[in-house]
Amino acid sequence: MEVSPEYAVQMHGIVKTFGSFRALDGVDLDVRKQSIHAILGENGAGKSTLMNVLYGLYQADGGELFLNGEKVSINSPTEAIKHGIGMVHQHFMLVENFTVTENIVLGEEVCGTAGVLDMAKARQEVVKIVEEYGLEVDPDALIEDITVGMQQRVEILKALYRGADTLILDEPTAVLTPQEIGQLIKIMRDLVSKGKTIIIITHKLKEIMSSADECTIIRRGRYMGTVDVAQTNEAELASKMVGRHVNLHVEKSPSRPGETVLSIRDLHVKDDRGIEVVKGLSLDVHAGEIVGIAGIDGNGQREFVDAIDNLVHAESGTIEVKGKQIQNTTPRNTIETGVATVPSDRHRWGLVLPFSVAENSVLERHNEERFGKGIMLDLAKVEEFARGLIEEYDIRPEGCESQPAAGLSGGNQQKVIIAREVSGEPDLLVAVQPTRGLDVGAIEFVHKSLIRERDRGAAILLVSLELDEVMDVSDTIAVIHDGQIVGSFEQGTVTEEQIGLLMAGGGSK
Amino acid sequence: MPSSLFLLIGITLMYSTPLVFGALSGVISERSGVVNIGIEGMMMVGAFTASAVSYFTGNPWLGFLAAGLTGAIIALLHAFASITFRADQTVSGVAINLLAPGLALFFCRRLFDNAAMTPVYTTLPKLFGDKALAGTPYASLNVDVTVALGLVAAVIMWFVLYKTKWGLRVRAVGEHPAAADTLGINVERTRYVCVIVSGMLAGFGGASVTLAIVSQFTQTAISGQGFIALAAVIFGKWRPHGAYGACLLFGLAQALTVILGGGDIAIPSQLMAMLPYILTIIVLVLFVGRSVAPKADGVPYRKGAR
Amino acid sequence: MKTIVKLLRKPIAASILAIAVGFLIAAIVLAIAGYAPGPSFAALFNGMIGKPKYISNVVIKATPLILTGTAVAFAFKTGLFNIGAEGQYVTGTICAAIVGISCDFPPVLQVPLVILAGTLGGAACGALVGWLKAKFGINEVITSIMLNWISLYACNFVVNVPAFHQPESTSTYAVNPSSYTMILPKWKLSEEGLATLKGTPWLYEVLVKTDVNVGILIAVACAILIAVLLKRTKMGYEMRAVGLNREAAQFAGINVNRNIVTCMLISGALCGLAGALAVTGLEPHNISTLAAFENNGFNGLSVAFIAGSSPIGCIFAGFLFSGLIYGGQSVQQVMGAPSDIINIMIGTIVFLMALSQVVPMVADWLERREKGVANA
Repeated sequence: MEVSPEYAVQMHGIVKTFGSFRALDGVDLDVRKQSIHAILGENGAGKSTLMNVLYGLYQADGGELFLNGEKVSINSPTEAIKHGIGMVHQHFMLVENFTVTENIVLGEEVCGTAGVLDMAKARQEVVKIVEEYGLEVDPDALIEDITVGMQQRVEILKALYRGADTLILDEPTAVLTPQEIGQLIKIMRDLVSKGKTIIIITHKLKEIMSSADECTIIRRGRYMGTVDVAQTNEAELASKMVGRHVNLHVEKSPSRPGETVLSIRDLHVKDDRGIEVVKGLSLDVHAGEIVGIAGIDGNGQREFVDAIDNLVHAESGTIEVKGKQIQNTTPRNTIETGVATVPSDRHRWGLVLPFSVAENSVLERHNEERFGKGIMLDLAKVEEFARGLIEEYDIRPEGCESQPAAGLSGGNQQKVIIAREVSGEPDLLVAVQPTRGLDVGAIEFVHKSLIRERDRGAAILLVSLELDEVMDVSDTIAVIHDGQIVGSFEQGTVTEEQIGLLMAGGGSK
Repeated sequence: MPSSLFLLIGITLMYSTPLVFGALSGVISERSGVVNIGIEGMMMVGAFTASAVSYFTGNPWLGFLAAGLTGAIIALLHAFASITFRADQTVSGVAINLLAPGLALFFCRRLFDNAAMTPVYTTLPKLFGDKALAGTPYASLNVDVTVALGLVAAVIMWFVLYKTKWGLRVRAVGEHPAAADTLGINVERTRYVCVIVSGMLAGFGGASVTLAIVSQFTQTAISGQGFIALAAVIFGKWRPHGAYGACLLFGLAQALTVILGGGDIAIPSQLMAMLPYILTIIVLVLFVGRSVAPKADGVPYRKGAR
Repeated sequence: MKTIVKLLRKPIAASILAIAVGFLIAAIVLAIAGYAPGPSFAALFNGMIGKPKYISNVVIKATPLILTGTAVAFAFKTGLFNIGAEGQYVTGTICAAIVGISCDFPPVLQVPLVILAGTLGGAACGALVGWLKAKFGINEVITSIMLNWISLYACNFVVNVPAFHQPESTSTYAVNPSSYTMILPKWKLSEEGLATLKGTPWLYEVLVKTDVNVGILIAVACAILIAVLLKRTKMGYEMRAVGLNREAAQFAGINVNRNIVTCMLISGALCGLAGALAVTGLEPHNISTLAAFENNGFNGLSVAFIAGSSPIGCIFAGFLFSGLIYGGQSVQQVMGAPSDIINIMIGTIVFLMALSQVVPMVADWLERREKGVANA
């Protein structure tokens, strides 16, 4: 592609290596001014790496960068900001105990003499931008008190405050409801009409189709081409992204629900700040059935799952598993009653990363006699057990039982957790965000494992922020809003829009 | 009675001052995300430098400044390990606590005929001049000038941390270094500056022992003040004003021991001396509880790792 | 080159390199200060192992260091920073002294009783810290530091209790001789014993001139036991899991709070044991007024970190530390060089241990460079 001032950003032949791993191998990107340009690729394809190069967080090992037709080099975020580039990271870069205004001005503070902050003036400036772009947000609120959607606006405001002409949005819709996604697309269009250029990184095809003008596809660090979105369709994009034909739908037989395994009645739970976030939740999950919970992050999902796992105290209400009340006992009791959980954050809750794969594989059952007599732990037996799981679940690399879990890829780490949780043949399997950050192959594996467990006769509770996942995998879709189940539907009897409305608190129960 | 109250206030301020400098040292370092267990050692170096320089130049003020300088040099070692090499900050701090007193005593013996103490020298003046208020009931309120310096340092740190852009940046670096980094704030440099300032303050803390409370450097000039300062940081919830208050409490307790210990009170002085520490634990249990450290405190920052 | 890379990857490589560089830095400091490094080190090693008596003293002084070092290393492995080792040690000496003075049973009963008292004292101190952390979330560092001072003043208080205070001194009475843990304490001073020992001079020197006692055997046994506990038992597995990822451990149904209390209890018990063994095994078999800490616990921190937090490593690090401190006195006597050079040396070693992750990085770099050369 020719270098021309018609393009806000042009990156040609970008190479980036980490050690011996080639994360980017000659990637091109040409973004027209005042357009929305999508970068599509699987998790780990190199999308974020490419954008981190553009934003100066990484230095490329090869290739050229042009802004508005001029060759530049960007060696730090400061330089990127100077060149009018702003970035909204997937994991928000916000200081939780700072106010919205403090977060926005950080690094480019409004000061009186000698570096003394003038927060009143800073607030005014923030309000000015808020009004100019219609991005409503309370400038005095603390970040930890506002919703994820609001936090995203703060991130966009941060970039605009710094005079960004080109905005990079990394997976901006991952945490939003369909309605919020709609609003975001409108905001993006507004920004483009006011002269801005937008690059969005995503692996969601639907959003590209509904928002982007052009789309550049990256697969395993390689450039797969740029397409005009108006001239393509989802299936074409998908096969370009994955490199083979993909089945976008989950295949499964109809469910045959049996007895009630999990029964929650009028559950109330407070979060760690003492605010009630689960407010009278009731839910049933039957054997041989997958119940998916759809909802926006922060509506009590985490707390009600934590209550099942006995990680938090339930204020009132009951949680019955197979007719036995388990609320306000111990995590141990939950596990022994036959509940297994695939946690939302595998690094935080799921694995002890410096432990070997073998040590991780018995995290919940190291006390069993088969892993050592009495108080002793027989590592050889633990490794033997792990080898069984590694073979059964095809965990790579082979023979990784004695390696630290930290060294495995995300998909394989998730396999270790699923293998461990499923190996106990639980009566109830709770899976929270089980596919977060995984590539297409690993996602398919996770979904198949859930369905296989269902077919074995387990009750499955799937909690996910990805609405598509809930809609595709679940037999029953329950919507959570403000700590309550506000609707429950059989698969196929409801549209995404109806669910989205309920998630956002619209409609009646 | 007022004169003994004044005496109590005077002694409280006297004993709390080295703690104040030590605690401020801890606050600034930890607010930027670097745990500093080595305050004790840095204070020891400061205490020695202050004595030696004051002895040789006859100018205690020069001694005070030099103490800040050597404290900062030792802190640079800690910064180098914990920031550049992302070392375990606890281990590095423990090393500083061995290395720094070792250096101080080594050079003390080298300079002063193998004695683990210096000769007597000129100390810093009193706040209102050395002879002012003498003979009046207010005499004991004429505290060391370091008391005022400690208060000024605390006020400045509070102002810088909460009212200036540098403070905002330091707090951001200690809470969410990646966020600060993406906004063009140099995380490593910010932490270096904070750790060096931390060492300087600890050096001043040492100097405020050997240039005010005593007039001679000995092997036990600093015996635990650095650790109590560390406790004051946590007690004060990583805030300069909170830490200052905690130091006053520890100073008050020490003063009570001194005053009551001399009298004919029935409580043995050792039990009195224990009281502040027991009290601290009780206060923590009853009122403070889970104190929240800066989120990135003690966590080395690795660019690009999330 | 390949073997160098391989050696560098071994965990012990960091410790050995750190010790070597520690000596180097000490040599440089000595040279700058005007003392010849060679003869200084000669004096150091002569003072460490030059006579059977010296070796014996090094072993005796290593006993508390191995125990407190193991205690700190153990706590560190389970995610806790036990800066309270000092106070737990002091509490151990207090409890052992009180029981040893108050009771006088036959040795077979008395010795275990006194040692148990000290151990329990330290354990209680540690458990309190653990309980405050588990129950109220209070940082263990702050409570440990407070308890260090509390135990220091408690020691001074007990010394001044009339029932224990030895008149015209700053210490208590000695514990009853039935509590002694020296090897053959009576026999070696009897006429018969002295006559027998005269025949073997080194044994005479070791037994008669030093307080050689059973403590070292207990210390080494404890370090090995702790290593087995951590690596080979279900309890140790849980403790390591809690130390490395508290949230994941809790998620997996491990009782995190109970583990914190247990770990601190065990860590404190080891320090208390060290204190008890000092009272029963060493002259003057009593406790005296403390003006400042004696660093038996704080030095445990250094030992643990030199050992890279390995309990077995603490055995060697304890001997090294003890040897350096004891031999360091000779440097001062022979060379006139301040013995504080030893603290500089140890400080440097611990500091380098903090940087120890650099060593495997160097190995990686060497390997890559070699591959680069091979490819070119």
